[in-house]
Amino acid sequence: MRVIIVGAGEVGSAIAESLSGAHDVVVIDVDADRVEQLTYEQDVLALQGDGCSLDVLQEAGIEEADMLIASTDDDQTNIVTCGTGAVGGDPFTIARVKSPQYLHTWEQDNRAFGVDFMVCTDLLAARTIVGVIGLPTAQDVDMFAEGAVQMAEFEIPAESPVAGQTVQEADRFDSLTFVGIIRDDDIIVPSGGTTIEAGDDVVVIGSPDSTRAFSSAIAPQENRPSDVVIVGGGEIGYQTARLLEERDFSPRLVEHDADRARWLAERLPDTTVLESDATDRGFLERENVGSADAVIAALENDQQNLLATLLAKRLGARRAVAIVDTVEFAELFEAVGVDVAVSPREATAEEITRFTRGRHAENVSIVDGDRAEVLEVEIDAESVFAGRTIRAAAADLPDEVVIGAITRNGEFVVPRGDTVVEVGDHVVVFAESDHLQRVTDLL
Amino acid sequence: MRVDARAVGGLAGTVLALLAAPLAATAGVALWFGESMVPFLLPAAGCLLVGGPLTRLGHRQLGLREAYLVVATVWLLVGVVGAVPFLLAGEGALASPINALFESMSGITTTGATVILDFGAYSRSVLLWRGVLQWLGGLGILILAVALLSELRVAGAQLMERESQTQDLTKLTPKIRETARLLGTLYLALTALQVLVLLGLRTVGLAPEVDLYAAVAHALTTVSTAGFSPRPESLGAFSPTVQWVVTLFMLLGATNFVLMYHVAQGDLARLRNSEEFRFYLSVVGGATTLVVGFLVVDGTYPALDALRHGLFQVVSIVTTTGYATVNFDSWSVGAKHVLFLCMFMGGMAGSTTCSIKTVRWLVVLKATRRDLFTEIHPDAVSPVRVSGVVVDEGTVRDIYGYVLLTLVLFALTTVAIVVDAAREGPDIGEFDAMGAAAATFLNVGPAFGIAGPFGSYEPFAPLTKVLLTVLMWVGRIETIPVLVVLTRSFWRS
Repeated sequence: MRVIIVGAGEVGSAIAESLSGAHDVVVIDVDADRVEQLTYEQDVLALQGDGCSLDVLQEAGIEEADMLIASTDDDQTNIVTCGTGAVGGDPFTIARVKSPQYLHTWEQDNRAFGVDFMVCTDLLAARTIVGVIGLPTAQDVDMFAEGAVQMAEFEIPAESPVAGQTVQEADRFDSLTFVGIIRDDDIIVPSGGTTIEAGDDVVVIGSPDSTRAFSSAIAPQENRPSDVVIVGGGEIGYQTARLLEERDFSPRLVEHDADRARWLAERLPDTTVLESDATDRGFLERENVGSADAVIAALENDQQNLLATLLAKRLGARRAVAIVDTVEFAELFEAVGVDVAVSPREATAEEITRFTRGRHAENVSIVDGDRAEVLEVEIDAESVFAGRTIRAAAADLPDEVVIGAITRNGEFVVPRGDTVVEVGDHVVVFAESDHLQRVTDLL
Repeated sequence: MRVDARAVGGLAGTVLALLAAPLAATAGVALWFGESMVPFLLPAAGCLLVGGPLTRLGHRQLGLREAYLVVATVWLLVGVVGAVPFLLAGEGALASPINALFESMSGITTTGATVILDFGAYSRSVLLWRGVLQWLGGLGILILAVALLSELRVAGAQLMERESQTQDLTKLTPKIRETARLLGTLYLALTALQVLVLLGLRTVGLAPEVDLYAAVAHALTTVSTAGFSPRPESLGAFSPTVQWVVTLFMLLGATNFVLMYHVAQGDLARLRNSEEFRFYLSVVGGATTLVVGFLVVDGTYPALDALRHGLFQVVSIVTTTGYATVNFDSWSVGAKHVLFLCMFMGGMAGSTTCSIKTVRWLVVLKATRRDLFTEIHPDAVSPVRVSGVVVDEGTVRDIYGYVLLTLVLFALTTVAIVVDAAREGPDIGEFDAMGAAAATFLNVGPAFGIAGPFGSYEPFAPLTKVLLTVLMWVGRIETIPVLVVLTRSFWRS
């Protein structure tokens, strides 16, 4: 498949990297230095030029391209690039946008702007945060099969009753499957006898109820948070508050700009909007931010987010979630005490990658950097699963592949060895990256 | 002059010319009863003679100033013209110019305060003319509320507009003229329905005292929440069934007409979603519970009668109608004071009701609650919402100002009545003076003491009556337009 990526920033580069192994990738960027750097670092063709220009796109081979991904930092540029690409050829166009307003327009008519798929960075980030908040100990959460299946990654704390149990002992939930355990740098495919150790990252796939139940089994004292404080009323903060309201939370939202605070207060009836500086200690103490179950920092830059979350933690907040703009900082944030660092760019790269994983991967989540992935696939007649039991199909698949869940007509089906998979079912599998290509071919 | 007098004159002329029609109709009723037609035909001719040429000034676009001036003058003009038939008929107390003007203003402002005590002294056409004036006043305020008050944003009147104009009315019809026509039709339909229901009840024997005349005369003053009755005992002259029916129609008259239009179209969800409607009903429910409680505890009536009389009187006062089934002036202090407080409530905005209105109280209540919250959370930004729609802070301030202004004017009027009564009579206590001030300024009608439901305002000193006449006019058009016209800057560029 020939893929053209416009914009070689963090998102564009990350996508290029994950695609370059299996596809012909052309990257276009206006910055000559970046183009040169990319040519040396990755197995891609890099061109210098403006992605909105038809000439440049033609030079990149837009006529034969199967996919055009516009991932610059500018919304309008990305939209115009897709529109231009649709003129030059017939690629599947993907645009990355920051502002949800373009997404809302595009959702009205999926042919709008010549964009075939639109990814909204801020909305994705907000969704990720809400997922993490909804499950108190989860580090990463993703939905599959239109919400019928949930994948969650949990770190097992030392004091957890689950620590030291075998998978068989810990898995008391019918519709939950343990698909992977990440210990130090290894990914272990768990069997019933595998022991879960403190400090492990456990990846589970199951119905949303069962992942929630498992979440409270890991940390029984931590129930659903009731007091959530969002710091920063930008687009991500606003969208997070809105999504939390939809889930019956009544969050508090701190915004320092008076006009913006009023704007937010008028649009968020169940949110208490507070007009203040989030790093003002007097304010934090007055509003008792230290007693919050979760503090989410979504301020203008990484430094402010780090400062705000560390300050909240120091005052006693139970969990701190920070938005991190620069992808590399995510690890650092979590090392110094931020519980979860959410990177909008990483989420965007993941979301865009799902369109490039084989012909029919419906959804993709990248686990632990990029060492493993969770895929959702609709089963067709050629699939190794079609009409066979899971046990029979698994024999043809690498050992490092685990079947996490099956949905049939939107209903959750508990996967067992003798479950027969039908054409049209959605199967959610966990696979190590090394085996990914073989898996997508077989599925 | 900065005010476009021609535009105001043209509109006033149109109103005058149109006034000839109800005058002529009442003349027809006079003919039917064999009474003199002159008191109605003469002013009808005058209206046509003066109004006709003025109409030729044409309909121009009204500017902001002209709109205020029109609002302020039209009610005054019709009030004066409406007094002419009373003077020409020259019957009883209405033969005096001050009394005639009081009665006419009480009519056109849908107040229902009367100077008549001996109802036998008046011809049926004159008593009907009082009702016709009130019906016109109700129709006028409905159109005014939609077309002008919401536009002028008088003390949060745009809240009604926001619920109606931007959400409902634009969907209804794009033009205010069309909306006014629609609401007018609904108003006419409700009036007609009440006539038919009353006559139907008579046919099945549940309303033996009701004849065509009584049905029409009361229908004219029920949906308009006005309250004139040609009978000295008001609604006490009719059967309990009639009283229940009238209670319902009073409640309807004080309900937002846009809301009613949509409910009539089958959109019941709108009713559930209207916070103001729920508040309006809970006010009626709460006040009724209190009054009925007092009546039962005091042993005034048996339980069922207490419920009927208690509910009727509360609805009559809250909706600012002013009917009575019994002389509530003789009730205990507790029940009377609840009724007194009800005078300050009023029904929903966008109806024919008067007084402060539920939407304003709702905003005051919510804003106060918000202010108490921000005492503890000084950084919180907490907008006031009505039915989920944010009320901007300027409007909240306007509403606080309006409520304060209303209460101050009420207090000043009370003092004026007491002082004037001490000077010239009649002998009247503070509570009765407060009742009379509230009942006229807030356009309720009957009060307590001599001005009670079966009493009359006739004994008040002439100066007091003139003051109350002016207050009925000021109160009906929500005070602000009159005050605006009286400012110096209104007349300057």
